[in-house]
Amino acid sequence: MTKFLVLTRHDSELDVPPMDQWDPADMTAHLEYLTRLNDELAAHGELVEMNALAAPELAKTVSADGRSTPVITDGPFPEAKEVLAGYQLLDVESEERALEIAALVSSAPGPDGVPLRQRIEVRQVMWSRSDEM
Amino acid sequence: MTTPDALEDLLRELAPQVLGVVIRRYGDFVLAEDAVQEALIAATTHWRRDGVPENPRGWLLQTAGHKLTDIHRSEQARRRRERSATVDASLDAGLDAGLDAGLDAGPEAADTDDTLRLLFLCCHPALTPASAVALTLRAVGGLTTAEIARAFLVPEATMAQRISRAKQTLAGETFGMPSSDERAQRLLAVLKVLYLMFNEGYAATAGDDLVRVDLATEATRLTRMLAAAVPGDGEVTGLLALMLLTDARRPARTGPVGELVPLAEQHRSLWNREQIAEGVVLVTRAMAGGVVGEYQLQAAIAAAHDTASSAEQTDWKQILRLYGLLAKVVDSPVVTLNRAVAAAMVHGPAVGLELLEPLDEQLKGSYRLDAVRGHLYEMLGDDERAAEHFRRAARRTTSLPEQRYLTGKAALRRR
Repeated sequence: MTKFLVLTRHDSELDVPPMDQWDPADMTAHLEYLTRLNDELAAHGELVEMNALAAPELAKTVSADGRSTPVITDGPFPEAKEVLAGYQLLDVESEERALEIAALVSSAPGPDGVPLRQRIEVRQVMWSRSDEM
Repeated sequence: MTTPDALEDLLRELAPQVLGVVIRRYGDFVLAEDAVQEALIAATTHWRRDGVPENPRGWLLQTAGHKLTDIHRSEQARRRRERSATVDASLDAGLDAGLDAGLDAGPEAADTDDTLRLLFLCCHPALTPASAVALTLRAVGGLTTAEIARAFLVPEATMAQRISRAKQTLAGETFGMPSSDERAQRLLAVLKVLYLMFNEGYAATAGDDLVRVDLATEATRLTRMLAAAVPGDGEVTGLLALMLLTDARRPARTGPVGELVPLAEQHRSLWNREQIAEGVVLVTRAMAGGVVGEYQLQAAIAAAHDTASSAEQTDWKQILRLYGLLAKVVDSPVVTLNRAVAAAMVHGPAVGLELLEPLDEQLKGSYRLDAVRGHLYEMLGDDERAAEHFRRAARRTTSLPEQRYLTGKAALRRR
């Protein structure tokens, strides 16, 4: 089994308004689709964890040299071309399976039920450490 | 006083025996496996506190019987809640009768056959390899879901789902021996699962080694059990030999900070002599049988490395011959890759590089091909090319120690 991180970004290149401007019914359909997908992956024993991230308005960027006070700036902002929205950590049989799941995430329905076709980044995990498991 | 380790060893040894009896007595693999798992967990607590009972096997059988009754009753209660079905009293009575029979269960002759039947079931072709590995560890290896989850660094809930799904897939399967036509094929499937389990442990680089159940050791133990159940099978013996001979090098395979030490640079004094001696005996015996399969050949190659007193003393001609035979049995690009290395050691790096050429298509994007090319260009003295291939390999590997090693090689060759 191999672990893959499946990253979903809000992509401003897509011709889709931000989610807070969607019809509530479309939003519900979108979330139900993803919930169902994650439930199925969990039932298969393929979903290690899933996290949706808070809005980029709350994001902070930190840089430090280890001596002086760290420099903390706000952002990245939603105007940024791509903003990380959430991720799933999968533990699957093969890369093909991870890509298949990413395709299902990508085709989640958007406004009027049209598949969003978000570009999903799939990254293989190289090294893990977990104190809880 | 029984040490925790001895207690766990006893439980793991008894696990498949008890499960075999419970399945044969009650007929349902899915529920029987749950019941035995619960009995094993109960035994860990009780035996640690009160000591191991006089008849541990009988204790487990009896407890598993009780657990099975509990599972059945709660299952019935659930069904009653769902739809007012009548209580299946006869089934209940049957279970109780079976339970009493469990009390006086003495040793039964079918133990090794049961282990074999269980391995056939858990390594069923309907399961994905990863599910088969997990289920085998639980049902035959007697490990808890939590231990298996830790070994794979996933949450217990994730592993529980995987195992439960695997069991559901097998729900309709009978607990019997495959027909003689099917048997050889199914035995190969078992070997494949055990080999995968071993490699998962051997290649493991993730997480805290101290809390991990050692999958390589567990795979070796299960293969040993299989070898006892099918004595005289060349490939089973060959796989056991391969595991022992490979694992023997483990203490020398990584340095003080977890860095990878290549075979040629390993301190051979760190190799496990006992395992090597046993592996050599086993592979020699297996190959005397005539029909030589892939595991025996791989074991013979491992034995050739393990018995060389130094890297320079390695009998590469013999290894090249063995890879030639292996290529006839399994036509895989990885075999070609290893064969090219052996050819380079015998006939020089240029010959090895030539043999690698057809692999560009088959092993496209594989870091191994670049790593081997790096080594062969290094042998040729072409440092620039060597560095370029090592760098490319380092970018593509998914193992952190490998990456460190390859990056180091690239830096060295660039000087």
